[in-house]
Amino acid sequence: MTDLTRDIDASLVIDLSLLAMLLVLAVAIARTRQLLAAILLMGVYSLVCAVWFMVMDAPDVAFTEAVVGAGVSTIILLGAILLTHGHAEKSSAIRLLAPALAAIAVGGMLVYAVLDLPAFGNPTSPANAHVSRTYLEVASNEIGTPNIVTAVLASYRGFDTLGEATVIFAAAVGVSLMLGFGDLSAGRRTPDSMGDHHVVLGVTAKLFVPVIILFALYVQFHGDLGPGGGFQAGVLLAVVVILHALVFGLRETMLAVRPGFVRGGAALGVLLYAGVGLVCIVNDGAFLDYDYLFPPEIEAQIPPGLLGDPDHPHHWGQHFGIFFIELGVLFTVAAAMISIFYGFAGRAPVPPGTEAGQ
Amino acid sequence: MAEPLNLIGGGLAIAGALLSLLGAIGVLRFPDVYTRIHAASITDTGGASLMLLGLGLISGLSFVTLKLAVIWAFIMLSSPAAAHTLANAAFTSGHAPWIGSFRIMRDASAGKQGPRRP
Amino acid sequence: MLLAAAIGLLTAMALMIVRAIMGPSHYDRILAANSFGTKTVLLIAVIGFVFGRPAFLDVGISYALINFVATVALMKFFRYRSLETPLTQVGPRGTGKAGRG
Repeated sequence: MTDLTRDIDASLVIDLSLLAMLLVLAVAIARTRQLLAAILLMGVYSLVCAVWFMVMDAPDVAFTEAVVGAGVSTIILLGAILLTHGHAEKSSAIRLLAPALAAIAVGGMLVYAVLDLPAFGNPTSPANAHVSRTYLEVASNEIGTPNIVTAVLASYRGFDTLGEATVIFAAAVGVSLMLGFGDLSAGRRTPDSMGDHHVVLGVTAKLFVPVIILFALYVQFHGDLGPGGGFQAGVLLAVVVILHALVFGLRETMLAVRPGFVRGGAALGVLLYAGVGLVCIVNDGAFLDYDYLFPPEIEAQIPPGLLGDPDHPHHWGQHFGIFFIELGVLFTVAAAMISIFYGFAGRAPVPPGTEAGQ
Repeated sequence: MAEPLNLIGGGLAIAGALLSLLGAIGVLRFPDVYTRIHAASITDTGGASLMLLGLGLISGLSFVTLKLAVIWAFIMLSSPAAAHTLANAAFTSGHAPWIGSFRIMRDASAGKQGPRRP
Repeated sequence: MLLAAAIGLLTAMALMIVRAIMGPSHYDRILAANSFGTKTVLLIAVIGFVFGRPAFLDVGISYALINFVATVALMKFFRYRSLETPLTQVGPRGTGKAGRG
């Protein structure tokens, strides 16, 4: 009983502190007119949200929020304000009246709706009592992965995840259409260096590049067992390419990770994901029903007990299906983020302090 | 055997958190970017080392301790490098320190008085 | 005991937020964001132990890596106004790369 009390106290203190930080950060982001400060504070906000999700026992969501909100999103927004202004103008009070009223109205409606929600973690609420309980009860039998979140994301709601991967691909295509595909000639125009020579940074970046790639692969393949999966691993791979481009120059990075390869990778990811679904249809199943991924004659040749329970041979199809679609998501997310970065960085104006920009 | 290790680990974790807190107070109170970089990076790295050591003692010899060691290695590599790069960038862009010959020379050439003494 | 460490870290993070908002120059803000990120990694580790779920450490490892990259990006943006030119001079090129210019 004392343990339960300690848990409640710990949660309450941490929850209130995090909420207070979120409130202060939100006010500061809204009030500042220096966009660099706003982007930085938005990164910090995403980080506090990630800790918040951790405290609510959602490590997968926290993982994605931390790497995307505080990592890639910050860098890409920096690229965006390189192409536009670094300051926001001061708006008069009259122009702010309508947005303020809209914000108050929507916020009020949200607060009113939240007051009606069941208590957090209440086991008898409709969300927890029916669908979630069914997933928790049958997922280990039907899917066989220890991480229920991956089972729901990749198998039960696999079509939704296909939609997410396609949306990311569409975002990359949209940015590429506006900013260019980041061809090699964009990297050729840039001057050779900044003039300063950051030795420490170069060595540290050189050490970090293989380590981050290895860790991204770990996250990818560990997604069945713990928090992780295709999205987080894809963002980590994109971050490593961005680190290389920041430290060693866009030209070097484009020689190593060619823009055509990146474009092809994004399309290949979505193709792989949808292809898995089509293979299931060809084998007499429904779209993305991994039980039908392998035809019965191949399934019969798999030695029983090689993977999991010999009484449930359809685990084999589930495992391979989830493996392939996570691979597809990895390709799409990594390639989409890299091509968006290439688009922004390749278009940036040459800085005034360097030799080519005098 | 486990109980004293837990206490020592908890104590080390609290010491690490205290060091981080002192560093944060320093960042608020110090007058200048360079002194703040000192406060932040030294106490961050030291506090992280103490805290991760304490958590490692609590978790014993297991996979979790390996992951804590990996976090420690990354923080030890990246935090001083980031601090160095930031200080380098600040200095080469002309950001003058609070006191010292750089500021005196720059202010003298601009015709201003010396820095305000606390 | 670990809860006390977590509260200490949260206080340090709150003070860093104040510096990030207040900092007169942008270097102060970048420093505050970097330090906040490191403290968040520690907080994630401690919360993982407080709630008994060591699987949270993967998130900590990945954010320790990403924090470094985001700090480099912010510094490079503010100091150099460019994301594409290199920060270090690349080494002499071998014979195979000369033709790709």
